Amino acid sequence: MKLLTGNDLKSGLVIWWTGDGWSPRVEGAVDAGDQGESILAVEEAARRVNASYIVDAEGGMPVHIKERVRAAGPTVRADLAVNPDIVIEKA
Amino acid sequence: MYKYDNYDQAMVDARVQEFRGQVERRLAGKITEDQFKPLRLMNGLYLQLHAYMLRVAIPYGTLNSGQMHMLAHIARKYDRGYGHFTTRQNIQYNWIKLEECPDLLDELASVEMHAIQTSGNCIRNISSDQYAGAAADEVADPRPWAELLRQWSSFHPEFSYLPRKFKFAVIAADEDRAAMRLHDIGIQLVKKDGVLGAKFFVGGGMGRTPMIGPEIRDFVPAEDLLSYTEACLRVYNRYGRRDNMYKARIKILVHEIGADEYRRQVEEEFAHVKTLGIDPPLAEFERITEYFAPPAFSADADAKLDRSDPDFAVWLDQNVKPHKQDGYSIVNISLKPIEGISGDASADQIDAMADIAERYSFDELRVTHAQNIVLPHVAKRDLHAVWSALRNEDLADANLDLISDIIACPGLDYCSLANARSIPVAQKIAKRFENLDRQRDLGELKLKISGCINACGHHHAGHIGILGVDRKGVENYQLTFGGSGAEDVSVGKIIGPGFDEDGVVDAVEKATEVYKEQREDGERFLDTYRRIGVAPFKEAIYAK
Amino acid sequence: MPNNLRYRDDEASDQPLVALDAFPGQSNATAVRIEPGEDARKLIPHLDRLALIEVAFPAFRDGRGYSSARILREAGYKGELRAHGDVLVDQIAYMRRCGFDSFAPDAPLDPAAVESALSNYDNVYQGAADSAVPIWKLRHG
Repeated sequence: MKLLTGNDLKSGLVIWWTGDGWSPRVEGAVDAGDQGESILAVEEAARRVNASYIVDAEGGMPVHIKERVRAAGPTVRADLAVNPDIVIEKA
Repeated sequence: MYKYDNYDQAMVDARVQEFRGQVERRLAGKITEDQFKPLRLMNGLYLQLHAYMLRVAIPYGTLNSGQMHMLAHIARKYDRGYGHFTTRQNIQYNWIKLEECPDLLDELASVEMHAIQTSGNCIRNISSDQYAGAAADEVADPRPWAELLRQWSSFHPEFSYLPRKFKFAVIAADEDRAAMRLHDIGIQLVKKDGVLGAKFFVGGGMGRTPMIGPEIRDFVPAEDLLSYTEACLRVYNRYGRRDNMYKARIKILVHEIGADEYRRQVEEEFAHVKTLGIDPPLAEFERITEYFAPPAFSADADAKLDRSDPDFAVWLDQNVKPHKQDGYSIVNISLKPIEGISGDASADQIDAMADIAERYSFDELRVTHAQNIVLPHVAKRDLHAVWSALRNEDLADANLDLISDIIACPGLDYCSLANARSIPVAQKIAKRFENLDRQRDLGELKLKISGCINACGHHHAGHIGILGVDRKGVENYQLTFGGSGAEDVSVGKIIGPGFDEDGVVDAVEKATEVYKEQREDGERFLDTYRRIGVAPFKEAIYAK
Repeated sequence: MPNNLRYRDDEASDQPLVALDAFPGQSNATAVRIEPGEDARKLIPHLDRLALIEVAFPAFRDGRGYSSARILREAGYKGELRAHGDVLVDQIAYMRRCGFDSFAPDAPLDPAAVESALSNYDNVYQGAADSAVPIWKLRHG
């Protein structure tokens, strides 16, 4: 599956595409299928997202470690985590 | 310390206004991100893994307490209550909002600070020796030279679109505390026939192709400093590679054409540039130098230290260095507590360091390239009070230059370029060697960790270096031994296959055991490694 | 060329631009174009008869043209010096300082934004190819 992520233009915070908007939590992200590029083109143009890109995912969770850290927040600052329960290293 | 006059202040204020306009244009959709990106980068604003990151310049690592308080204020008001001191003697904030950035820069400008040219393919913040003006071994204070270069390089019309970023370091002692030879241009002030001048090393650097800068000129007098530097940069701007960003640093140019040919071209250019009248008169040098006059030292030269508290005594031995003025010391504040994050300090800690500097160090602080803080001028009679005040803020770790005083880049916890996390590895190694007696027995051991090949964590210059790589989607760590960023500069070599996070901690521990078995009197880890070579270490580390 | 900006009072050259390579063989040419990798110093013996030198900026990140411009002005060139290509509003002030006095950007520039970019800073820190007086000189008279 394909997730869409980017940063909020004003705050810079990480956001994920929920199908009808953007959420700071990856758990709300939906599979964009083959619509990713067209959705991002519209959303970037409307300045609802910045520096957006398409992410490979399995079971709702990004495949690559970089995007898992992105979804979790800094792993060394539990107090600043978005979701500290996300497993960073693949089994 | 240098103080802005109206001209300096107007430049910084104008920059904030200019950036405010650029941010407004971006937020209103009048410019695209592609067009905005180089503009925000010229003001040190990156988009990182989690948010915008702002890098604030700390010229030659020198701050007064008012500026330090402002850094704490910004951490509280615009960020999440902390900042990260970097290997370039700057500070980074990890959670800045674009829409608030112009206001933040306005506040910074009110204390003569800015984020100008802290990113982009331009001349970056000039770094220097953190002991400048306090060290007994310097021929002069290097900071006036750095300040002259700061002004010359700010908004330089010809050198703002260089092939790649460009970093200077200026030192003034034979002991190199600033990794000077690993900069694009490293300058060492020297005296020749009683006259002060600059020895130029050009083409050093870390990154994916580490190189030690060769000497290009043994003496550039003050009145030629800017002409000669301009000539060095012009040759680079014209002939540095533009076809491949990984080969665009000046080190590649100097390496490819050779130091002799580069020197010949610079001399030819210099002969021409010198006729242009771009060098300020020595009066400008003197004007700047006056700001760096020594403070009014007055302490009793024979102050006796009460070493009866063993924790205080060990801190004195490890973190306090001799000062050129009798009765004074240089105090190093470690930002490497065992459970901490290298270079991070909370707003409260930053405020506390500012207060201590105001009261005990003539209002001055320094940032070091090893991500620590220095109080440059502390009277010996005040050392116990300073130590107590630092201890109240968890800032009295006595581990300077020991194995837990680790340089670590932010790594994959924050950085969008990283391939692996750096901070957790640093924390595990520090934890393994938590016992201070054990650390002190190992002596000076500079361990440096980078989360990718760009080498922000200076792993090439580590006595032990660790490089995080991505091996099929899993974090993997390569070990290098034998690097140094000091006057015995060298680039570390990879010892063999990489490790996982726990494996690299074990490997480091095994390496220290080999060192303890093999060391001869007075040898540091680095010395023993250089004498016996990598084989005994490999044998122990990779033993089945 | 509706995108052009020109900061000169004289008549614009309407001569065809000759590539630097071809220039030595064309003794009548008065207008020449330099690409980023070319050596501007080759023109120094011929500056007296040139009315227009165009410096190409195929990509804004390629800053070699700034050095080409200064080298030509430092050698005494008085004719039109034009920056052509990926020339953006936030670069115009630096280009002016390096000696460019006309601009042919690929994309049109907003005249108000150009005006603002050129008037943003009252002073400069360093000498260049323009007449701006560096701050160190203002300090010391």
